[in-house]
Amino acid sequence: MTLSTSQLEKIQVHIGEYLNVPGALLPLMHAIQDDLGFVPEESYKPISKAYNLSVAEIHGFVTFYHHFRTHLPGKNILQICRAESCQAMGSENIENYCQEKLGIDYHQTTKDNSITLEPVYCLGNCACSPAIMINEDVVGRVTPEKIDQIIKEARES
Amino acid sequence: MSYKIFIPRDSSSISLGADKVYQEISNESKKRNIDINIIRNGSRGLFWLEPMIEVETSKGRVAYGPVNVSDITSLFDNEFFLGNKHPLCLGITEDIKWLKNQERLTYARVGITDPVSIDDYERLDGFKGLKNSLKLSQENIVKEIADSGLRGRGGAAFPTGIKWKTVLDAPSEKKYIVCNADEGDSGTFSDRMIMENDPFVLIEGMIIAGLAVGADQGYIYLRSEYPHALEILNEAIDIALKKGYLGKNILGSDFSFNLEVTRAAGAYICGEETSLLESLEGKRGMVRYKPPLPAIEGLYGKPTVVNNVISLATVPIIMDKGASFYANFGMGRSKGTLPIQLAGNLKQTGLIEKAFGISLRELLYDFGGGSATGKPIKAVQVGGPLGAFLPEEQFDTPLDYEKFSEIKAVVGHGGIVAFDDTVDMSKMARYSFEFCAIESCGKCTPCRIGSTRGMEVIDKIKGGIEQEKNVSLLRDLGDTMVNGSLCAMGGMTPFPVISALNFFPEDFGLEKTETSA
Repeated sequence: MTLSTSQLEKIQVHIGEYLNVPGALLPLMHAIQDDLGFVPEESYKPISKAYNLSVAEIHGFVTFYHHFRTHLPGKNILQICRAESCQAMGSENIENYCQEKLGIDYHQTTKDNSITLEPVYCLGNCACSPAIMINEDVVGRVTPEKIDQIIKEARES
Repeated sequence: MSYKIFIPRDSSSISLGADKVYQEISNESKKRNIDINIIRNGSRGLFWLEPMIEVETSKGRVAYGPVNVSDITSLFDNEFFLGNKHPLCLGITEDIKWLKNQERLTYARVGITDPVSIDDYERLDGFKGLKNSLKLSQENIVKEIADSGLRGRGGAAFPTGIKWKTVLDAPSEKKYIVCNADEGDSGTFSDRMIMENDPFVLIEGMIIAGLAVGADQGYIYLRSEYPHALEILNEAIDIALKKGYLGKNILGSDFSFNLEVTRAAGAYICGEETSLLESLEGKRGMVRYKPPLPAIEGLYGKPTVVNNVISLATVPIIMDKGASFYANFGMGRSKGTLPIQLAGNLKQTGLIEKAFGISLRELLYDFGGGSATGKPIKAVQVGGPLGAFLPEEQFDTPLDYEKFSEIKAVVGHGGIVAFDDTVDMSKMARYSFEFCAIESCGKCTPCRIGSTRGMEVIDKIKGGIEQEKNVSLLRDLGDTMVNGSLCAMGGMTPFPVISALNFFPEDFGLEKTETSA
């Protein structure tokens, strides 16, 4: 995938923003992903040049963290908590239900590009298990009916 | 006259519909021409009753919950804003048994105030600890913290006073305070509740820590799964800065302190302090060797206090009411209170701040009300994904760092996850390895590779393949991981695995006798 000129320009702006910030890579990658939806591999070279790091180091950094992705996700990101508290309240059924209903596995996007499905290990909503997160909204005590509604809204958005 | 109504803005309350309830109550009040003043407070932590709304009356606050949007018409019909009776009415909030039986010190304001109102904070003893600290020498602040008996609430339970003393005594022009807010353990949400519901108490604790050890820069390393906490913390930091509690010459003293929030990026391992420091420095979160301790060579090689949210948020009350006030709570060497989080399969889940010493059974049945499904509780996991599973016969163990350690369990960050009798413990053991394989930083071979081999060995045992040989292999593997890993990720993953094997061999397709070590 080649990036558009405007995407490349945005990346350059963010590179400039964090040049003198200690521990710059973490806020820099967040800025790029918040802006573009992902951290494109094409950004590694200009970052490595500006920060005097190797491309391998940038690649190593980005791929270490689950939050960063190198490909554009669907319009909505649905994260399902797989951690113990949610398991104790039947999150496995929720996982299966979502995967079947959307016809995709984790780390995949539906054909209509409306939803990307991701696992997550704890949303801190353990008193209201099972929990999921749709974009930045946490939903507690999830049932298949609630999932239906969330998917419907996501598809219409 | 306007009626005061409280609707929580805690993210768990919102996850159950608090925002919609807020919207609907304000619409309905306008429709009925009733003058109400809605305050978005924090949550009291009674999550089976959320969204729980409260009304201010002359007798105190009256609570209603759990409120659904569909209940709002009838609440207005009954004039709930006067504190009137309704099927959802829970009576005076402070009299609810769950709250009454707690000792809320660190959480004294949680659920009561508007989280970002600095006036609320100041009115309820906020910044008193800081004001007292500004009159003391650095040595005396550190001594007060040491005398209180406060131990690291993140999980390792290391005495906070000793950590601070080490940083104070380390000669350096630059020192740092780092707050570990990478609360990744399943079953825990106490850090999130402090940050979302009383952010100023964490800010005050960090300022005092900076003052005590001579650090002028603080970072809150916050997990990316907490966008709501990020927003509230940043708002609170801005307010504190404007009010002169942060920045240059705090309250007219010659002490200056700058505080920033850094967003983490979804790596569980970054809750380990050295890995967290690497991440803050803009690197992969690879665990460091210790020594040198972070207190001597921490962030950018400088002396650094790395403390959990709760440890830091407990500092203000100690500096306000004194070390002995705090130390009078608790038992043995576990002084003070612990925010306990009840999660998983329980009827009544939420946050309980209680002095150390309460038993698991009291927590699970008196507070928790038994399982949510009504089935017997088969096992509980205490202290997150690296904590041991405890069977029913251990439910009388008092919550105390030493007592838990005697039974090879950990109190950790105080999270308790309950499972009913439908749980397959061999599946939970396998999941512990799977989680370790996903989250290992990869530095130590036993953790990086052992976790995957562990899943395979469990599969073989369950498949009936050379069970005796494979059980002994699993124990050997656990031993290698415990002794051959730098940090708790590899070093403690065997705890849940081996405890599941010891207490629930039948779930692995084994006879009870086959598993004895």
